[in-house]
Amino acid sequence: MHPVVKLVAQRLALSLLLLLAASILIFAGTMILPGDVAQSILGQSATPESLANLREELGLNDPPVTRYFDWLFGAMQGDLGTALTNGRDIAESIGQRLSNTLFLAFWAAIISVPLAILLGLIAVRYKDRWPDKLISGVTLASISIPEFLIGYLLMYYLAVQLGWFPSVAMINDGMSLGQKLQSIALPVIVLTLVVLAHMMRMTRAAILNVMQSAYVETAELKGLSGFQVIYRHAFPNAIAPIVNVVMINLAYLVVGVVVIEVVFVYPGMGQYLVDHVSKRDVPVVQACGLIFAAVYILLNMIADIVSILANPRLRHPK
Amino acid sequence: MSDPLLKVRDLKIGATVYPPGEKPHDIEIVHGVSFDLAPGKVLGLIGESGAGKSTIGLASMAYGRGGVKITGGEVWVNGRDILKSSVRDIRNLRGAEVTYVSQSAAASFNPAKKIMDQVVEAAVEQKKFSRKEAEERARTLFAKLGLPDPDNIGKRFPHQVSGGQLQRCMTALALCPEPDLVVFDEPTTALDVTTQIDVLMAIKEAIRDTGVAALYITHDLAVVAQVSDDIMVLRMGDMVEYAHTDQIINSPKEEYTQALVSVRSIEHEEKNPTPEPVLSVKNITARYKGLNFDVLKNVTVDLHPGQTLAVVGESGSGKSTLARVITGLLPPSDGQIDFAGRTLSRDLAGRTREDLRELQMIYQMADVAMNPRQTVGTIIGRPLEFYFNIRGSEKRKRIIDLLDEIELGEKFMDRYPAELSGGQKQRVCIARSLAAKPKMIICDEVTSALDPLVADGILKLLLDLQKIEDVAYLFITHDLATVRAISDSIAVMYQGKVQRYGSKSEVLSPPFDDYTDLLLSSVPEMKLGWLEEVVAHRKMESAGN
Amino acid sequence: MKNIPISALIGLFLTAVYFLMALLAPIIAPYGMAEVVGDVWEPASSKYWLGTDNIGRDLLSRMIYGGRTTIFIATAATIISFVTGSVLAFFAAVMGGWVDQVLSRFVDLIMSIPTLIFALVVLSVMPVTIPILILVMGLLDSTRVYRLARAVAVDISVMDYVEAARLRGEKIGWIIFREILPNALSPLIAEMGLRFIFAVLFVSTLSFLGLGVQPPEADWGGIVKENKEGIVYGIPAALLPAVAIATLAISVNLVADWVLNRTTSLKGGRG
Repeated sequence: MHPVVKLVAQRLALSLLLLLAASILIFAGTMILPGDVAQSILGQSATPESLANLREELGLNDPPVTRYFDWLFGAMQGDLGTALTNGRDIAESIGQRLSNTLFLAFWAAIISVPLAILLGLIAVRYKDRWPDKLISGVTLASISIPEFLIGYLLMYYLAVQLGWFPSVAMINDGMSLGQKLQSIALPVIVLTLVVLAHMMRMTRAAILNVMQSAYVETAELKGLSGFQVIYRHAFPNAIAPIVNVVMINLAYLVVGVVVIEVVFVYPGMGQYLVDHVSKRDVPVVQACGLIFAAVYILLNMIADIVSILANPRLRHPK
Repeated sequence: MSDPLLKVRDLKIGATVYPPGEKPHDIEIVHGVSFDLAPGKVLGLIGESGAGKSTIGLASMAYGRGGVKITGGEVWVNGRDILKSSVRDIRNLRGAEVTYVSQSAAASFNPAKKIMDQVVEAAVEQKKFSRKEAEERARTLFAKLGLPDPDNIGKRFPHQVSGGQLQRCMTALALCPEPDLVVFDEPTTALDVTTQIDVLMAIKEAIRDTGVAALYITHDLAVVAQVSDDIMVLRMGDMVEYAHTDQIINSPKEEYTQALVSVRSIEHEEKNPTPEPVLSVKNITARYKGLNFDVLKNVTVDLHPGQTLAVVGESGSGKSTLARVITGLLPPSDGQIDFAGRTLSRDLAGRTREDLRELQMIYQMADVAMNPRQTVGTIIGRPLEFYFNIRGSEKRKRIIDLLDEIELGEKFMDRYPAELSGGQKQRVCIARSLAAKPKMIICDEVTSALDPLVADGILKLLLDLQKIEDVAYLFITHDLATVRAISDSIAVMYQGKVQRYGSKSEVLSPPFDDYTDLLLSSVPEMKLGWLEEVVAHRKMESAGN
Repeated sequence: MKNIPISALIGLFLTAVYFLMALLAPIIAPYGMAEVVGDVWEPASSKYWLGTDNIGRDLLSRMIYGGRTTIFIATAATIISFVTGSVLAFFAAVMGGWVDQVLSRFVDLIMSIPTLIFALVVLSVMPVTIPILILVMGLLDSTRVYRLARAVAVDISVMDYVEAARLRGEKIGWIIFREILPNALSPLIAEMGLRFIFAVLFVSTLSFLGLGVQPPEADWGGIVKENKEGIVYGIPAALLPAVAIATLAISVNLVADWVLNRTTSLKGGRG
């Protein structure tokens, strides 16, 4: 078998294994830790009978291993159980919210990825000159403020003071794409700012690393122009590290979304998760945790596979 | 004499340095160097590290590496001063009129592109040839440089060919655009000695056949003597001596040049073996975890007290693995090691403190062999404390004695390794191993990272110390000149086996086996015409077979 | 104290100011932490330097007490993550073999789940008290310290001078504390600064989501949560913590940068 195929297959298998282990961890984290779900639902004043009934109903009397496998097989077939707080089907509630979250993350990624690479290139081109210093100063500042505060800062100045955008991001099926985009403009800007800083700094480092190689010097000594050197010699070798950077930051975006949704009261997964953590609705928390972990693992896997595919030593073995 | 192709006048080059704890500032690293190079001629630039030779070479392409800037003087190429040329003119010069061959072809080839694309790139881009013509030319050059399968090697990626082959591909890359001048920057330094001779011959013939002029930069005078018409000796950015090759090699005027020419002229009288060896390696076989072949195969050698056994071989011969097995870092799969009359445990954990004390080691890279956070005093004092429980003023006195022995003195006691030069660091490492009062020291390529004159000093010191302390050395090296200088007996290793073993005079006298012959005859000699002699001799032999 | 760059001096000064304010909060704060002293969202005045909050408490006092809580939790969590992470990492690096494998794979697993998500999952079943908050944050973050410390320790333990110490017969203790640790210290201290900043951001985020410090206890994230409704009416009270967090984070960053540069260049030690 070609070594690349083998490595990719190994990486896929590893990711599946990781996801399985993550599901065990999430399940164990919510089930084995002290605290009684039935008690937290019914509160301190609950009678022993009602507690026992609820435990029975929720299957809390089964051994943890049985409960885990019930949950896992259910999840694999799209059955995530029902929410304790309102008895609704979790999969159904998540469906719309997940697509809302992905909609938000998608537009943030569309803007931030090209922008980060462009700014990274500018910072490298003008290394140690004022554009580089300006970019790195601004990004340092934005890394030093939590996401939710960037959200409120922009909301205060852009939405409340200037009135350019709505201050909450309502979204529903009846809206056209344009209306939706206008509605999510502010959260998208915030998310972009948040990931842009990390992504741009890492892109800059990755390109600088490639630009310091001896083969870039060889290219310069061939009399190629600055653009040709970057395009022909630096870029092919920078793709893998840049894709890696992008994927790592998209994974970061997934987390940033949770907080930003709360700030802008956006009807997505993050809002749903945070709400139900406060209500101690364990099945919902498990389901959301599993989905977030899966997206995260998936993005990291793509990053790894791209670096395998981009490595000429692996693509063209001796 | 025709007009010079390259005329350098009073060239001054500066660099920005970032010393620890101080503000960055500019220093001058080349202080006004002048020379001429006529078309088709070869000028050798030679010097130790820090001499500025590579910097001068790159200046002939108006290029400064890193923070290096050309601060003054003139560089005339084909009748125009390139330091006054526009960016566009300089770009047209590079890769067309002047090309470059670097020390490490492996790093200088783009790993993501095929060799052919990179070899023809400059020629096509500078409109010297069409793509088709350039490829044809490249294939001719591949054949001329002795590369296997010249028609197809260009279709491979850089990592798919060997180091020696890639270095030849780099030469093809430089010659492909039919330049007037090629800058060769230590093109054979990274190669094994038996590979070096072939690449050197290939380069020399290619220069001769294409009529190109060359700047040949190296630290190895014997190598540059084979290829150049003139030689310029540089030291710390200054010209020391500049003359015909013949004059530099045979009647150097300056003291420094004389020292370079006579380097490795240490005389050492071979001692006779004693009845009882201090170290006896018997039938050792070893392999690394995860490898499916033995790195050492049935190795047997003896080392006698107070003597030196040189273990010589090229990369991959297993010589450093032998050191790891003897120290116990790599337990052998088979065989036995006797040391000072007892059998050593195979692994480190099973050895007594006395075993460890009597068997010391000195490393190739002195700067990573010392903890950067410890002072010289701590480094040398630790074995005294650890093995002999010597403390306080007595320890201090012993450390000063040791520092005197390695010719450094008391003032070095409180310095950190980073404040020492390469040679001084290696001396401190020697003192550290002597502090344990060992019976034997393993010296693993201890001089190969040092400049020749410094290395010479270290070898002399080791020989002197051997007389005083009566310590035995197991000397691992790839450098036959070093072997000649210091050994009493020699083991030649090749692909994990001892190819030839015996006293120095036996091993170095004919009749030789094929490999030893190849190895010995490949070591460049400080004499004109040596390369042609060897190549002619080899051709005759292979014709005779 | 020579050769301190001006940026590091500023960082050092501001960091010191913040820590002093945290220590001396009850003395410095003009009013009590939970004391209702005025109207809702009064503007800044000579009486209330930063105005009042959503139920009429003095914002300056709440910011000072909030800083105390935030900095205390972040410091405690950083200490836990550092001690746990680096002790396990050095242990793994020196032992090697299956100990290293098991620990490293377990850390990979924890890191395969985003930290915030994992914290939310755990906090959904645990009572949210300050000790539990510190423990959860510290343990989750120790995975990152582990990764760094292990990489640094492995890098150093293959150096020739460590091999030389092994060949001399030195014990594990000497190798860890005299050979490896002094050379690993500078990257670890710089990392400590970054982990502290991360802990400040993290505890603020949790409190903002209502899953961190519980009212009436003040902390910077909580102040944002309490006053966020004001934003829509143009009252910037919720933005004050942004200034505090950003200046603290940047100051610590400047100090960490300087520590890293200073100790790497000092006597040519490794980074």
